[in-house]
Amino acid sequence: MLTILFDGIAYGMLLFVLACGLAVTLGLMNFVNLAHGAFAMAGGYCTVILVNTWGVPFFAALPLAFLVSAGLGLILERSLYVHVYRRSHLDQVLFTIGLVFMSVAAVDYVMGSGQVFVRIPGWLQGQFQVFGVGVGRYRLLIILICGLLTLGLQLILSRTRFGSRLRAAVDDARVARGLGIRVDAVFAITFAVGSGLAGLGGALGTEIVGLDPTFPLKFMIYFLIVVTVGGTTSITGPFLASLLLGIGDVAGKYYMPTLGAFVIYTIMIVVLILRPQGLFSRGSVR
Amino acid sequence: MKPEATHKDRLGALAARARWHPLEILFWLAALASYYLLPDKHLIFTEIAILGLFALSLDLILGYAGIVSLGHAAFFGFGAYVAGLLAKHQIVTEPLAALLLAGLAAMLLGFVTSFLVLRGSDLTRIMVTLGVALVLREIANRYAWLTGGADGLQGISMEPLFGQFRFDMFGRTAHAYALTVLFVLFLLARRIAHSAFGLSLQAIKGNALRASAVGVAVNARLIAVYSIAAFYAGIAGALLTQTTAFASLDVFSFERSADLLLVLIIGGTGYLYGGLIGAIVFKLMQDYLSALTPQYWPFWIGLVLVLIVLVGRERFSNWTRPMRKLAARLDWRAGGVSDAIGEGR
Repeated sequence: MLTILFDGIAYGMLLFVLACGLAVTLGLMNFVNLAHGAFAMAGGYCTVILVNTWGVPFFAALPLAFLVSAGLGLILERSLYVHVYRRSHLDQVLFTIGLVFMSVAAVDYVMGSGQVFVRIPGWLQGQFQVFGVGVGRYRLLIILICGLLTLGLQLILSRTRFGSRLRAAVDDARVARGLGIRVDAVFAITFAVGSGLAGLGGALGTEIVGLDPTFPLKFMIYFLIVVTVGGTTSITGPFLASLLLGIGDVAGKYYMPTLGAFVIYTIMIVVLILRPQGLFSRGSVR
Repeated sequence: MKPEATHKDRLGALAARARWHPLEILFWLAALASYYLLPDKHLIFTEIAILGLFALSLDLILGYAGIVSLGHAAFFGFGAYVAGLLAKHQIVTEPLAALLLAGLAAMLLGFVTSFLVLRGSDLTRIMVTLGVALVLREIANRYAWLTGGADGLQGISMEPLFGQFRFDMFGRTAHAYALTVLFVLFLLARRIAHSAFGLSLQAIKGNALRASAVGVAVNARLIAVYSIAAFYAGIAGALLTQTTAFASLDVFSFERSADLLLVLIIGGTGYLYGGLIGAIVFKLMQDYLSALTPQYWPFWIGLVLVLIVLVGRERFSNWTRPMRKLAARLDWRAGGVSDAIGEGR
């Protein structure tokens, strides 16, 4: 029971790191980025190549995965995404779906369609017992890393000048612009960091959720659930939503395997109908 | 509109818009000719007709009512499975009756889920429609005793059409059948689009608040058109099952909904032929590209999508505009009225 809770928390933390970038970009620019998972996949494959082929240590590969995804995000943001911000949602959806399809096929072409795994260090494998609760070492590591990241993000958002600029831009981009905040630059940085975090999440998650070229499609719905349930106005909303989703998904698969995934889909639909702004949001801004 | 235009003038202009265009007649004659002139292409034309019908269905809600749906495959798949189950368990063996039943079943599903898309923004709609399709796929996957699960619904045998025309392996009957169904439903869609109902939908798409201010019952209209579109999609799905004697989880897939958007965007939204033209272009493109690179063909779909958006969807779908202008000039009856209205949209 507690083991499931523990696994669920680890999974939820992972989902949060994967999805928080999406929450911020959606809230900031009202931009629907269905291709967010592609950056996570980039980070995952980057780690796989670094660790398995080049023999880079696992812990050195993680920051590299972050950097590669962030760089990729920055390049794509500046070159392609900027043209689509002011378009309709339909255009944004079409554009990002196009990117997803391209990334899926391209990775399939380069890396093959099979599932790949990262060779993680031996001391991270297996689990140990704490008061009768089985604790997976790797999952504990994920909780630690993701917990620290969450804390760090929260501190950056609430304590630094960049954070207050970002919050101002999310609350009202026009007024923020009027106050001299360079919303575009804030957005580019946020987008890059969000993509980088997704990449890091992808790198960490390879061991738990698996990695294959269809990753962006498979996890798109999870990211969207996190964002819709959590709302886009704060970072705590998506965090709580990720934990709920993680625990719910793991517990659901364990206790009600016949029902499977449609419990969470149904929950998403119900939440969307009852609270279109998200469960934990402060209410509608736009 | 000129200030001196009277009520009668306006009605006349609307009627002129609803009139059959020579090019439209040509289009359908060409479709008919394809049946006789290209006998070895029956299979792909059947697919095109089904895809065209499916895209027509999306055009009704996207092009006319402005609802962005990312899960339209839900209704397609539902119709496909209903038709498959009806045939497999010998409940309704007559193809046409089964087709109608499948359409009506999908329509019911559309009616029920339409209440979900009434609320919220584009984003909410996108996710709700996507969610509905995913839930249905998951249900079809889990209840394998009924649907065959991941193996698909097998053992479907179709009765001959009208008790005479068997579904042969060359797809002759299937082609004629799909084309006829498409044509009949297109006539209906055309009637709907040019009716007062269709005009009110365009008003809603333009501005829902103002539409309601001039007395359009926005929610009721949206529910109605969503149900109708679901009916069309259900028929398209049922056609696929009946002509291939097979239904699999693939009918609910996200890719199908996404491809459908591409089909409609290629042809252009909001004038009914967009879906049909898009279906032709899309299928021919798919045929060509997947022969080159069978496995990586989604890459090219993605590239086309990205390019279309970057170039600008409006600018892109205007590639049919010169043709339409030419058509307007050729039209000896409308006398330029339809063109003026078309530009004024």
